[in-house]
Amino acid sequence: MKTGSKNLISLGVTIFFLLFCVYGVWSVHNDFAKRVAVSYLGFLKEMLSVLPMMFLLIGIFDVWVPRDIVERHVGKDAGPIAVLWMILLSMLQAGPLYGAFPVAAALSKKGCAARYVFVYLGAFSVMKLPMLGFEITFLGLRFSMVRLLLTLPVFIVIGYVMGRSYTCIAE
Amino acid sequence: MFWNIVPEMSVVLVLISISLAIFTPEQLKQWLSADTYLHFAVALVVGSIALIPGFIAFPLAGVLLKNGASVSLVSGFITTLLMVGIVTLPMEARYFGWRAAVMRNALSFLGAVIIALAMGRLL
Repeated sequence: MKTGSKNLISLGVTIFFLLFCVYGVWSVHNDFAKRVAVSYLGFLKEMLSVLPMMFLLIGIFDVWVPRDIVERHVGKDAGPIAVLWMILLSMLQAGPLYGAFPVAAALSKKGCAARYVFVYLGAFSVMKLPMLGFEITFLGLRFSMVRLLLTLPVFIVIGYVMGRSYTCIAE
Repeated sequence: MFWNIVPEMSVVLVLISISLAIFTPEQLKQWLSADTYLHFAVALVVGSIALIPGFIAFPLAGVLLKNGASVSLVSGFITTLLMVGIVTLPMEARYFGWRAAVMRNALSFLGAVIIALAMGRLL
């Protein structure tokens, strides 16, 4: 789809949605509309706090990290040790998965192999340390560790399968 | 670079807030507090669609376990919640293209089912 019409559609969807919220909350005092509006504001705040930070980090990464370092350690000729680097990188991060998409794209542009980009996304979704702390608190150490050990091979396999279909993923 | 994803972001925001208002913790407690194949399927589907923040999702999962939901169901719910993101697909596709985004989500869903069944066997 053309960028122009896509922007118009998203603008239309957003305006329609906001009108629905305003009407539902102030005019008919609908409970569902209230819940939708509250979560919209919450997520808007989250996105506006997470994404600029991610883009700042990406900007620094873009300027300061030389391409040959990325290629040597996590490029298409790098060995399986690269999986370890991706997991370590993702564990030290926090935030929702959509915050990792631009980071993954930046890694790809710098020469990171597609399989390792997807390993990064997999590790980011299930192994972030701050999130693990939460999981252990509410579901117990045993549950969390067994889930982690089962998930680890799964997302590595997914990364390698995706890497077979895609050599370079970001435009 | 930030402005490039604003259109996708605004649509995803709408989808997230509607899904979160449908799948409230009270609603999910009602839907997931039993242990049949149907409940397991509902857990996987809801986990795939919704984007529920960890501070709501993990306490909810703990309550579900205490209410008698199976380990498979709870781990299926948590794993799809973490690995599969249908409402964020427009943002993912913006970076990797629709084909790669759908493929990653489909493989992750399959992986989550395997993980959930294995969890049920082990715990």
